[in-house]
Amino acid sequence: MALALGGYFSSGSNVFTTSLVTVQSWFSSRFVALQEFLTAPRDMASLRQRNTELEAEVSELQAQVIQLQQEVGETEILAALVDFQTGSPENTYRAAAVIGRDPSPFLQYVIINRGSNDGIQRGMPVVTNQGLVGRVDAVIADAARIQLITDPASNVNVRLQNAEVDASLVGSVTGDVTLDLIPQDVDLERGDLVLTSGLGGGYPPDLIVGQVVNIRTSDIDLFQQAAVQPVVDFNQLQIVLVIVNFKPVDFSPLIPIP
Amino acid sequence: MRNLIAVPVILLAVTLQSAIVSRVTLLSGIADLPLVMLAAWAMQEEVETAWHWAIAAGVLVGFVSGLAWFVPVLSYLFVIALAQVLQRRIWQAPLLAMFSITFLGTLGLSFFSLAVLRFSGITLPVVDVFGLVTLPGILLNMLLAVPVFAVMRDLARWVYPAPEVE
Repeated sequence: MALALGGYFSSGSNVFTTSLVTVQSWFSSRFVALQEFLTAPRDMASLRQRNTELEAEVSELQAQVIQLQQEVGETEILAALVDFQTGSPENTYRAAAVIGRDPSPFLQYVIINRGSNDGIQRGMPVVTNQGLVGRVDAVIADAARIQLITDPASNVNVRLQNAEVDASLVGSVTGDVTLDLIPQDVDLERGDLVLTSGLGGGYPPDLIVGQVVNIRTSDIDLFQQAAVQPVVDFNQLQIVLVIVNFKPVDFSPLIPIP
Repeated sequence: MRNLIAVPVILLAVTLQSAIVSRVTLLSGIADLPLVMLAAWAMQEEVETAWHWAIAAGVLVGFVSGLAWFVPVLSYLFVIALAQVLQRRIWQAPLLAMFSITFLGTLGLSFFSLAVLRFSGITLPVVDVFGLVTLPGILLNMLLAVPVFAVMRDLARWVYPAPEVE
């Protein structure tokens, strides 16, 4: 004790403790390695199981997010349509979902999920909150076919808001719409707003159709033409409004038979 | 009774055509699933007759479409006739025959539609229609031809199982 207290054993005790620590470290590291070796398979299995559960949960949550985003999108569309409806109280609207398109590439028609059971009749105009879509072409009990204004056979009487002149809007096989029968003396400008004129009784007046984007004038032609950008994106049509209190005028009996 | 399988298959094809296929456009062309399906069905060796398939599909497409009802009916009958002729001549290469029928059938349907639309007062520019509608439509139908052919081959084998050889 006296020798130890005097520091005479310090070098010996250092060697002893160092050796002891080394041996203990060696045993400890081997034990940990052995423990990991024995327990790792069980942990891997449980981790894999947990990972699978979490992946399934993530997939489920992602599906819910997509569904909710879709519902939010539909709600936004419906809210816009309700706003539009309240802004035009003179018309009575019936909302319908677009469920298909015409199987022929030459025609621009869509199918909606409302028919004669919902009061839809042939000739009724169809709109969205953005503007004119087309009109009802054929009806069955629970569905109807809508001829879009982009259809090659479509012909809508319109007016240019700034120029206060009437014209005719025709569709095409590619879905582009063109203004025709514009007198040569009319000063057209890009961005002019195109509205329905109500002439002919096929559509109610003052429905927004689109904007003039390109003007084609030639001195040798009787009329000017202009390309129109419709306000409605016909590739993204999901929900439309049918104006059910509008009765189109049928003037075919007045047309003389040749 | 085996012929009744045409009803659900054609209903499904026309529904898919209207709801999905018509929305997938290449330029302004779209694929014609009923046409490709009819061509693939008529190409199967086991199938005895496909005329009634063409009539049913044509009437249904004519009902959904704004085109005159007889356009798809006659076009699909043309496809079946084409399939029967080509099946006998190039029977060793069914996929080649399938592509040929799809190509000629789509062309036939396009030109017939154009002609009928012109008679009804809608004149479409032929060059634009060919470049923007018909050719892209042919390409899409060709792409559709291989998977549809495989599905219809399996369906034909299911409907007309081969007799067991002892």
